[in-house]
Amino acid sequence: MSKKYHVTTTVNGDEYEYLCEPQQTLLDVLRDELMLTGTKEGCATGDCGACTVMVDGTMICSCLMLAVEGDGKKIETIEGMAKGDDLHPLQRNFLELNGLQCGICTPGILIAAKALLERNPDPSETEVRYWLAGNLCRCTGYDKIIRSVLAAAKEMRGA
Amino acid sequence: MSTILDKSGFNPDKKLKIVGTSPVKHDGIDKVTGRAKFGADLFLPGMLVGKILRSPHPHANIRAIDTAAAEALPGVKAVVTRADFPECPKGSAAGDMSRNAMAREKALYDGHPVAAVAATSESIAKQALKLIKIDYEVLPHVIDPVDAMKPDAPILHDHVRTKGVKDAADKKTNVVERLELKMGDVEAGFAQADVIVEHEYDTKPMHQGYIEPQGCVATCTEDGQVELWCCTQGPWVFRDRLTEILKIESSKIRVTQSELGGGFGGKTGFYAEPIAVLLAKKAKRPVKIVLTRGEVFRGTGPVSGTRSRIKMGVTRDGNITAADAELIFQTGAFTGSMFFNAPQAMFTRYDLKNVKTVSYEVVSNRPKVNSFRAPCVPQVVFGVEGVVNELAQKIGMDPLDLRIKNAITEGYKTIYGETFGPIGYLETLIAAKNCDHYKSPVPKGQGRGIATGFWFNRGGETTGTLNIATDGSVTIILGTTDVAGSRISISMMAAEELGIPVDKVRAVMADTHALGWNRVTAGSRTTYSSGMVIIDSARKAITELCRRAALIWGVPEEGVVFEDGYCRPASSNVGEFPPLSLAEIAGKTTLTLGAIAGHSEMNVTGAGPGFGVHIVDVEVDQELGRVDIKRYTVVEDAGKAIHRLQVEGQYQGGAVQGIGWALNEEYVYGEDGRLQNPSFLDYRMPVASDVPMIDTEIVEVPNPRHPYGLRGVGEVPVTPTMAAIANAIGAVIGVRPRSLPMSPPKILKLIEEARAAR
Repeated sequence: MSKKYHVTTTVNGDEYEYLCEPQQTLLDVLRDELMLTGTKEGCATGDCGACTVMVDGTMICSCLMLAVEGDGKKIETIEGMAKGDDLHPLQRNFLELNGLQCGICTPGILIAAKALLERNPDPSETEVRYWLAGNLCRCTGYDKIIRSVLAAAKEMRGA
Repeated sequence: MSTILDKSGFNPDKKLKIVGTSPVKHDGIDKVTGRAKFGADLFLPGMLVGKILRSPHPHANIRAIDTAAAEALPGVKAVVTRADFPECPKGSAAGDMSRNAMAREKALYDGHPVAAVAATSESIAKQALKLIKIDYEVLPHVIDPVDAMKPDAPILHDHVRTKGVKDAADKKTNVVERLELKMGDVEAGFAQADVIVEHEYDTKPMHQGYIEPQGCVATCTEDGQVELWCCTQGPWVFRDRLTEILKIESSKIRVTQSELGGGFGGKTGFYAEPIAVLLAKKAKRPVKIVLTRGEVFRGTGPVSGTRSRIKMGVTRDGNITAADAELIFQTGAFTGSMFFNAPQAMFTRYDLKNVKTVSYEVVSNRPKVNSFRAPCVPQVVFGVEGVVNELAQKIGMDPLDLRIKNAITEGYKTIYGETFGPIGYLETLIAAKNCDHYKSPVPKGQGRGIATGFWFNRGGETTGTLNIATDGSVTIILGTTDVAGSRISISMMAAEELGIPVDKVRAVMADTHALGWNRVTAGSRTTYSSGMVIIDSARKAITELCRRAALIWGVPEEGVVFEDGYCRPASSNVGEFPPLSLAEIAGKTTLTLGAIAGHSEMNVTGAGPGFGVHIVDVEVDQELGRVDIKRYTVVEDAGKAIHRLQVEGQYQGGAVQGIGWALNEEYVYGEDGRLQNPSFLDYRMPVASDVPMIDTEIVEVPNPRHPYGLRGVGEVPVTPTMAAIANAIGAVIGVRPRSLPMSPPKILKLIEEARAAR
């Protein structure tokens, strides 16, 4: 068995420690070691976006980052998106406008959409479509996802 | 016992409070917060990681398998090969299932499982796979179905003889079946035609493309009791098949369905599940297997590729007189494509008296195909709708008008023998003609295409239970899988029946110990069939509520009626009693006769056929051959949209899957018979920036057999898409593509050919 590395990191504001093998990805560790299964594996090659998380404020595919690189980082996942009983406006709009069907791509899309609205609070439909082009959805045809993001953006702007 | 099916179904006078609205689905909250548990999300104490070794050869005899080194590796707890699978006769359904799950005599495709291990970590499991030695005798392979039909083609199965052909008895072949379906006299029909169009078409296999790879966890006790957690469209069918191929009694197998991360037909059959069970049986520990995306592409799905020749004739004034088709379906390494759907559905929109179809199902060295929305129909509708548009063009008629003129209506007897009741095809065509998209002029430089589609919609064996809690709230247990929102739609119908808010209802999906047998969730049957059994269950519960109210009041049962959520005296003659709510009755279980529930199991019939029209505007880059979808509208008859946003979502999702199939998606094989694009990078599905908003128009022509009039809506939305897009491309470049996918190199070639012809 290969040597394991000790890593200390912060996930959704909580400090975690884990042991990981050198080839394990951040996605592997989030799911298999920390039991944060809200982050999904669709491809493990960075092509589907289902494993999207934030690391030190940067949006990444967690399947493309090694777990050892998580040391000292601040990681945000879908499990940290709602605050207490308050859903994030994106989560609420996805529910109300039916921006999800099976729900497997939803965590990654919500994390990506939140990252978009943090840098651009008033995106056009085209901007939303290109920002989310790295997140595959096979159920919805994207229509209601885009509408949910635009509605959440509007609500967050107080418009 | 009489059921809901025996009584008159649709009630046009019922005032609806909940059905037809769009409440937030109850399972949604878990899906936006990351709590929802999908196939890969279960962890059990002591759980091992299972990994599968797959054949790198498309066709090879397996002479020997040596697992000694793998078994000796520390951390490896079990190794499974063909030797661990009970004998199942070659050529039987069980024999095929068993051999697809684990290669026996031969590996039949690149990606065919040949061995598997369970180990304490993924890295050890992967290392163990490398230590397994397989002695292959590589055989010549065949990928293309037309090549596979040739007399000198490599033969996949020694036992296959073509079904439906006389004198086939002793001839080895890859043609599993020849199916002829006809009505009327096609020769006479074509003789009446003024214009005849005939073309050949080909479509490529595409993958269902669910984002959740198959994942499962199996346990097996020392006395042989199996628990299987998995993402599936058919827990009971999985259980039955495990019984068949592993020889374990069904009562000792409990299949629990996870949330389903997309299926579209591709999770109606099992893959790694029997392997996980055998590994767990050997290791005596839970085993989890989650497929990689590469394994999903190489070893699961895909959808049949086709070759077809389609011929239709029309009179100058627009009567379509005859249709003739020859169809070849690639089924992968084993039979089971459901190709028979195609000749039944392909022309079923046109009021045809003279039709002839000959269809072939052919095996070749590819993964066994699996169902996908309207199995085997969109592939051939692609050709039919191209031919019909060309006929319209040749007689100078609007393509929608030609379809309206030839539209089938109530009373039409189909080629497969069904006589239609009320159907909404004509209404759908007229709605399409009147919609804003069709009435708007085609923008400069763009082309517009239309096409139509049909699906039978399905019913089938279904079981469900509705329980009234002592506080008057309601829980529902469903035997079907929720693939995209059926729990909320069925909860809405139950709430409507019981006169309570839908928030008081919660529905869950049952495991196989909790309910009787259920057919797979497929064919647009779920909201219809499970809806029927739950409405039936609700009505049974209402009968019981009235009986209890009569007991409480001390009046005869006939003296109680149920209205708007309350039991009331049927008339003032019964007496003056304040109405009793569900809570007031169900809370008195000890006073009366125990819990109140309704249960129903039926073979649900009476599904209402569905029809749709797609309208699309495209732009074609004349230099690059790239096709851009500029505007898209789906018009489809839902019978009744129970949850409007869900129905729109089905229309939109189907259309975009069709856009992928039309423009990009295909399986690419090398000369070596290996799949060259088993990743989402190289197998490119549509992304958000590839498509526009998808407009929808829900037509509602009630299905008379359903209390709220619903038909299925899941299959039709993908049937016309590729044809509509081909017709739109044809309008721009002057020649209609006849080969999928309509990718840039093919479009450029067509543009060049059209230029040269000018």
